[in-house]
Amino acid sequence: MPNHSNEELVSQIESSNKRKYFLEKLSEKVFLFCSLLSVISLLLIIGFVFYKGTHPFFAEGYSFIEFIFGLDWVPSEDKFGILPMIVASIFATIGALIIGVPIGLFTAIFLAEIAPKSIARIISPAVQLLAGIPSVLYGVFGLAIIVPFLQNHLGLAKGQSLIAVILVLAIMMLPTIVTVAETSIRAVPKTYREGSLALGASPIGTIFKVVVPAAKSGIMAAIVLGLGRAIGETMAVILVAGNSLVLPTSLTDSIRPLTTNIALEMGYAFGTHQEMLFATGIVLFSFILILNLVLAKIGSKGGK
Amino acid sequence: MNTTKMDRNKGNEQQIQNKISVNDLNLFYGEKQALFSISIDIREKGVTALIGPSGCGKSTFLRTLNRMNDLIDGVKISGDIVIDNENIYRSNDVIKLRTKVGMVFQKPNLFPMSIYDNVAYGPRMQGIKSKKVLNQLVEDSLKSAAIWDEVKDRLKSSALGLSGGQQQRVCIARAIAMKPEVILMDEPTSALDPISTLKVEELIANMKKDYTIVIVTHNMQQAARVSDKTAFFLNGEIIEYANTETIFSMPKDQRTEDYVTGRFG
Ligand SMILES: Nc1ncnc2c1ncn2[C@@H]1O[C@H](COP(=O)(O)OP(=O)(O)O)[C@@H](O)[C@H]1O
Ligand SMILES: [Mg+2]
Repeated sequence: MPNHSNEELVSQIESSNKRKYFLEKLSEKVFLFCSLLSVISLLLIIGFVFYKGTHPFFAEGYSFIEFIFGLDWVPSEDKFGILPMIVASIFATIGALIIGVPIGLFTAIFLAEIAPKSIARIISPAVQLLAGIPSVLYGVFGLAIIVPFLQNHLGLAKGQSLIAVILVLAIMMLPTIVTVAETSIRAVPKTYREGSLALGASPIGTIFKVVVPAAKSGIMAAIVLGLGRAIGETMAVILVAGNSLVLPTSLTDSIRPLTTNIALEMGYAFGTHQEMLFATGIVLFSFILILNLVLAKIGSKGGK
Repeated sequence: MNTTKMDRNKGNEQQIQNKISVNDLNLFYGEKQALFSISIDIREKGVTALIGPSGCGKSTFLRTLNRMNDLIDGVKISGDIVIDNENIYRSNDVIKLRTKVGMVFQKPNLFPMSIYDNVAYGPRMQGIKSKKVLNQLVEDSLKSAAIWDEVKDRLKSSALGLSGGQQQRVCIARAIAMKPEVILMDEPTSALDPISTLKVEELIANMKKDYTIVIVTHNMQQAARVSDKTAFFLNGEIIEYANTETIFSMPKDQRTEDYVTGRFG
């Protein structure tokens, strides 16, 4: 400091400030560019799918109603009805939720509230790891274990069926549900638990009357994410669905959900057929959007 | 501490009954001892204050009285705590104990539900379902906690919308709704503004004819204002336990005197 005069110091600080301002401006621009890039690519994808998918209905005279409610999908005969696939997707998703949500929530509650720390410390990371396994491996597991099991024990001619899809999807959504729900349950303030226990509530009563309701919005998020995983899943489903084009009437029917229809045929489709596959994509997209909106509504109500 | 020994003698003439008798209580957090041979008799219907510098074990002791320390891993306890002739660490019915010994915490900890549901929470957990009974219980409890007039028009709205002072009085109402005999309060006003503090102190003064109240406070004036007896804690021991007046006007122990005159802590 004795070597520096006051003026030198001031000018040094000024120049370093200038550099800071410049960096500040620059990084702002970089952030802006990145976010624009992601928004634009999203819009491009949606725009492209919608352009392609709506074309047959606007320009080629196909009826949208017949598309949604039609029972037959025979591209070579110009028949494009996707009702069986819509129903298959809905049944598979609801079935997976019915099995996956309770099991996932109970697991999350167990890990966060009941299990001894030493056990939770092993299981929680293991479950998180499961969420990262590529979905096709779940399909392989389903094909190698679940499908033969159903064939042998339910006496099915073909184990690939709605129930096989439900089971695979339920297993797939578990890690997501468990991880997200566990995090939100752990985030509930300890003071709530203490308050409840001090009022003579049992530990289990405390969990269900105070802790879980307080974690409601996080649990909703867990269900939405699990649902998103189930309804959009393709690879695992192709392997165990059977892919028959029939309106499913029982758990043992072979099914073809919306996703697998696109994946199976997009490779060779062209013309109207290809555009109808894009239209299938729009239907799928709308489903996910509606579900998200509905559950976000419920979640935000719970948060208040 | 001679007085405590004498109080426990059966032949001793007493107008005031002891509600809680603690004998040679030691508590460890893992290897670390937090309470050293605590012995104290707490009188029925009245306010007993626990004072002392922070970290000296007041909260720890208070929480042994309704076994809230059971929730913490690695806590070891020896000695006896007898409430109404029942050794609370011999019995396994913690739920019964906690319905009898209620607690109010340092920070208001109402649940994220309506005011009504908060107060009705404990009774509902005991299996009371009748709407009529619950309505009456909620009203009575809120009245006893001197908060009824402020909340009666908004019973169904979220309890978290109340001010801190109001929340704390609803917490007291919530404890009262269990019809406890003992109420433990751990620095119940430390998070409140002076006016709310005053209201809570008034409330405590009114409650002491019906309840045995044990209150931890770091505020000496508060102890002097609200309590009948005061125990001075230091480093996990009770240094002195006597009538509040005595503790503040002519303490026997030099360390008590230093503390209450503000010379340390
Ligand atoms: N959960 C706990 N685990 C370990 N040590 C604790 C725990 N709670 C309190 N202690 C220790 O016990 C001692 C007494 O704490 P506490 O009873 O909270 O004091 P006070 O209420 O008088 O301020 C302190 O030294 C504190 O660090
Ligand atoms: Mg304390």
